[in-house]
Amino acid sequence: MSPTEITVNGTARPCAAGPHTSLLDWLRGEGLTGAKEGCAEGECGACAVLVARPDGADRTRWVSVNACLPLALAFDGQEVVTAEGLGAPPAPGQQAVLHPVQREMADRGGSQCGYCTPGFVCAMAAEFYRPERGGQAPHEGAECGANGFDLHALSGNLCRCTGYRPIRDAAYALGEPDPLDPLAERRDRAAPPARATEVSASDLSASDLPGSDATFVRPTDLPDLLTRLAATPDAVLVAGATDAGVERNLRHTRPSSVLAIDHLEELRGLHHSPDSVEIGAALTLSEIERALAGRVPLLDQLFPQFASRLIRNAATLGGNLGTGSPIGDAAPVLLALGATLVLASAEGERAVPLDDYFTGYRRSVRVPGELIRAVRIPLPAAPHAAFYKVAKRRFDDISSVAVAISLRLERGMVASVRIGLGGVAATPIRALATEAGLTGRPWDADTVSRAARTLAQEGTPLDDHRASARYRSAMLEQSLMRFHAEHRPTKPLQKDGFDQRNHSENWGEAR
Amino acid sequence: MSTPLSPQPSVGQTVSHESAELHVTGAAHYTDDLVGRTTSVLHAWPVQAPHAHARVTALATDPALRVPGVVRVLTGADVPGANDSGVREDEPLFPDEVMYHGHAVCWVLGETLEAARLGAEAVEVTYASLPSVITLTEAIEQESFQGSQRTVSRGDVVAGLERAAHRFSGEFEFGGQEHFYLETQAALASVDEAGQVFVQSSTQHPTETQEIVAHVLGLRSHEVTVQCLRMGGGFGGKEMQPHGLAAVAALGAVLTGRPVRVRLNRTQDMTMTGKRHPFHASWEVGFDQEGHLEALRTTLTSDGGWSLDLSEAVLGRALCHVDNAYYVPDAEFHGRIAQTHKTSQTAFRGFGGPQGMLVLEDILGRCAPAFGLDPTELRRRNLYQPGQSTPYGQPVRHAERLEAVLEEVTTRADLTTRHTEIAAFNAAHPHRKRGIACTPVKFGISFNFTAFNQAGALVHVYKDGSVLINHGGTEMGQGLHTKMRQVAATALGLPLSGIRLAPTRTDKVPNTSATAASSGSDLNGGAVKDACEQIRGRLAAVAAERLGTSSAEVQFVEGSVLGAGQALPWSELVREAYLARVQLFAAGYYRTEGLHWDGVRMQGEPFKYFAYGAAVSEVEVDGFTGAYTFLRTDIVHDVGDSLSPLVDIGQIEGGFVQGVGWLTLEDLRWDTSDGEGRGRVSTPSASTYKLPSFSEMPRELTVHLLEHATEDGAVYGSKAVGEPPLMLAFSVREALRQAVAAFGPAGHVVELACPSTPEAVFWAVEAARAGAPGNTREYADQLAVSAPTAASVVTDEVAQAGAWSSGATGSQDSVLEPVVVLGAGDNRLQDAEPAPSADSGRPGPVGDVD
Repeated sequence: MSPTEITVNGTARPCAAGPHTSLLDWLRGEGLTGAKEGCAEGECGACAVLVARPDGADRTRWVSVNACLPLALAFDGQEVVTAEGLGAPPAPGQQAVLHPVQREMADRGGSQCGYCTPGFVCAMAAEFYRPERGGQAPHEGAECGANGFDLHALSGNLCRCTGYRPIRDAAYALGEPDPLDPLAERRDRAAPPARATEVSASDLSASDLPGSDATFVRPTDLPDLLTRLAATPDAVLVAGATDAGVERNLRHTRPSSVLAIDHLEELRGLHHSPDSVEIGAALTLSEIERALAGRVPLLDQLFPQFASRLIRNAATLGGNLGTGSPIGDAAPVLLALGATLVLASAEGERAVPLDDYFTGYRRSVRVPGELIRAVRIPLPAAPHAAFYKVAKRRFDDISSVAVAISLRLERGMVASVRIGLGGVAATPIRALATEAGLTGRPWDADTVSRAARTLAQEGTPLDDHRASARYRSAMLEQSLMRFHAEHRPTKPLQKDGFDQRNHSENWGEAR
Repeated sequence: MSTPLSPQPSVGQTVSHESAELHVTGAAHYTDDLVGRTTSVLHAWPVQAPHAHARVTALATDPALRVPGVVRVLTGADVPGANDSGVREDEPLFPDEVMYHGHAVCWVLGETLEAARLGAEAVEVTYASLPSVITLTEAIEQESFQGSQRTVSRGDVVAGLERAAHRFSGEFEFGGQEHFYLETQAALASVDEAGQVFVQSSTQHPTETQEIVAHVLGLRSHEVTVQCLRMGGGFGGKEMQPHGLAAVAALGAVLTGRPVRVRLNRTQDMTMTGKRHPFHASWEVGFDQEGHLEALRTTLTSDGGWSLDLSEAVLGRALCHVDNAYYVPDAEFHGRIAQTHKTSQTAFRGFGGPQGMLVLEDILGRCAPAFGLDPTELRRRNLYQPGQSTPYGQPVRHAERLEAVLEEVTTRADLTTRHTEIAAFNAAHPHRKRGIACTPVKFGISFNFTAFNQAGALVHVYKDGSVLINHGGTEMGQGLHTKMRQVAATALGLPLSGIRLAPTRTDKVPNTSATAASSGSDLNGGAVKDACEQIRGRLAAVAAERLGTSSAEVQFVEGSVLGAGQALPWSELVREAYLARVQLFAAGYYRTEGLHWDGVRMQGEPFKYFAYGAAVSEVEVDGFTGAYTFLRTDIVHDVGDSLSPLVDIGQIEGGFVQGVGWLTLEDLRWDTSDGEGRGRVSTPSASTYKLPSFSEMPRELTVHLLEHATEDGAVYGSKAVGEPPLMLAFSVREALRQAVAAFGPAGHVVELACPSTPEAVFWAVEAARAGAPGNTREYADQLAVSAPTAASVVTDEVAQAGAWSSGATGSQDSVLEPVVVLGAGDNRLQDAEPAPSADSGRPGPVGDVD
């Protein structure tokens, strides 16, 4: 086993990090203190860095990720760029040499206290280098500059000083990368391959967990992974570590065995046929979004509302479903789409409808030694579909309630409907009573307002800091009312007002 | 001496933040970045109590010492000086009595952070739980107060209310705010080669950090030096809170002989450090027929948390800002501080001013429909006029600027046209409504605590002509250092590149005031300018002799010294002055003149001047969810003659968005149940406490600096800018109120909880759609279920006597009747609204009397 090594800003550095050291802590320990810890849970982006990821077989894409969540060891053999690597500060007797992103940020007042700035610079640089950026016509509802810069690229970065306007101006002022820009050139070659890494804390002189025998292993292929998982079924599977990293940083969990699965080719396929699409469990959400290219419109509604770009560049469907959180945003959508999970173990594979997958709070039918290999979505998708996420903040928040609806109409009647809900029970659930109340009935205001009242009674919403139970319940009801308002092909919305008749029409009578 | 500006002064130029190139390359160092440059550092982790109120009955540290890598556990027994980290001697550093959930009872030092963390988990503490007070309601019921209670009053409020044609009363409870500086609290302490205790601290108040460290260690101030390189945001949260953490680090360093690092992670920072004070207000207000304020009586109760900290000063500023921009003839503002078992609430940008002002802005927003007036018009009618004074007796100098900024911002925002456009939009969209509002700001500048209005600087001119400046202020992102370089460059007639600034240290400039109260530029700018002018005066004499002219004729321009038609390079003059044995360095000093304040009677002139501003904001509310988007904000703000426009605009925009966060999004919650978690901050993280992100920035945001606004009393005609813009955010909350109103019948009184989260807005929309009157009791009950941190009620009382009701008998009908409508333009919104249908059964504009 060759020693662990990470290339940072073009220079290979040996990495002696233990199995519980984040990429951020390792970088800072190396004296690269540009990346900062702001929240340690992937919410603020002060720790953002660029990593080289595959863009097809022979190209590389610069991707921004939070460095506070993934383990340093997960970057064995990989290439990382920090704010320090993009440009040089003024030194005694020398002028600064700034990257175009840094230049715009500095000149336009994009930094005040400067603490979040290196993270913003990295997230902005990733978008600067996004190959599709220049040629992209902003689509409807997109928040884009004339230069194609997608503001959502910065949705995971918080600034407490500027109010964001100068940062947006800096982003929208960016031109195209110089062809000789080394990071632009780097895109034309293949991304660094995954390395089979195997590290035990007991081998390290300066372990981060005294007396620990914790291990970090990146298996070579799926059979290797399944064999190891069978042997150590309590091993923690880690892809983007967007949940495991939070557990480690905030709740101090220190798993004794970590299996890294993010580079396993068998988990990274996306295959489609006329009647289904199969998505590898270790593809990141950003990769899925690009590869699907609009084939499943409901997922396209989901992606921009799912955490932030920094998180979507690391998070996977396998992780989102594997942790089984009742407030994960993917599950309601996949429930509405009628998805099936492909579970793999050393024994073989089985397919489980997502409807049957969750068994309780963060529990599922997945047995020890088993993992989610892929998610299968039947095609064609229903023509009417929507994902409604209710949260305090539009960018990068956790749902108070999430509702996904997938509907087929035939001659004005509801032929079929599936409704997936998040945030209203110990698991993501389907709104079965509401579905029954709609199916076979005319898609009109009367049916809908009755069904909406049923929907308000689904699940067992709680009061917490995100929302009251009463509000959650009301949002369930409202979501169906809105869906009806937005999917009434034969009847335009009422143009005006609040006379009593329209009020009843739009809102239902007995609210 | 005073010298005229050189022809192209550096002040007023648009320049980037002086550290911008360091920020963007990741090369700017913050306190915790220094750890890797320091050897043998020990890391500290606190043991936080899991009770809101309890006595520590036993503390066993041995189990921690058995954890590999744990070096020492710091407890109260280790303190050589005073076990106290407050300025009021009410904050034990190592408490025997736990006063809030998360209170640190001891600290573990380890070779690694992980070892310290494991050590902290191993410490065994036994607690005897005690009864706790968590909510403001509980505190008021149990009369759990601390500190002094103060009243600002003028005239006869009883007579004023009786005189009023229209009277309302209500209550309003609103939330606090977490600072959420991106850099959490940090300190790194060591005993240096000369034997002094040297503390690097992320502090807004290095002198006080120095004093508390000395106090805890039993040392004198000259044995302790505190340095602050820069902060990753402060916002008031690093005015008091760093002291105890610096003291822990310093104590560890003295006891172990090794550098000790204390850095709170986000959870610790949010559970251990103070926040903006939540407030409760009860009020009675009276207006005349035309909507002019006659009288206001209010009682403000702030939630001070477990100790006093700055709560008295915060309350004082709140009481001095209830009036905001409005003349209140008869006034009586009472204030008191609740003691609760929570973090000790502290300074936060605005320092109570925002809380005081919110009370009256909320009143005006709620009462405007009763007059059939556009709220902007109601506000305009009540603006201070020249010659009027505040209820605490300070003449409102430049009061005409209030009208000026309001006029300019409404013109720039094209308010009239947009009212019409919004009415049309609202008529066409049943599920989405837009609202627009304009609010003014008047904010007093100077510390209410008069002694703090002084500052020092130390300016060195080296023999080669290079200049190094030091001053007592700290840099937290607000651009103070940028401005100070510009002031020095201007005063010395040098290009900006000729001035270098050294980090803030207590051994360079002693006895500094906190960098707070928006006063950093005024005070330190005055001191820097003073030092530079001393040097310049001496150099002018040397130059005069050399050039054959008088000192008064010598000019310093862009690095050249001009006189008698000749030019002399600055560096040559400096060299010559040195050889002539002229002192090339100077200590500068500044104090704000003309202040006087009686903090007991709450009368006097505590402020040097007022900063003015106004904003127009437009929002859109989604009727399905209560979610909203901020469409456009226009701001006109008075910064005097701007020292540094890019910096000032940055402060205005940033302050505004931070204020928007406080009023709409940032929902600070505590566990108020009787369960085990009672008193715990239930939003202790970035995932549970949401601050504004890109999605909360208005799609269009323009800031215009008021022109011809020279302020004679401050450095180079400038005005302070740090805090006042935060309160421009009232325009957003009032715009939300307008949008909510558009869901209901014309004239509907909108009561809006604060923070006005999407959920709060949704319930307000529901009330509007139902045409729900302000039925006090019922509405209060609803809110108690849905949003325990916020409740607001309003009732309208018919005056028993006075101009309004010659024939009024107190019947509801007379209340419901719209008051006189003044001028065609004033009921524009009314006209644009679809009238409630006759058979809707909805009540009229103003709610039932309860």
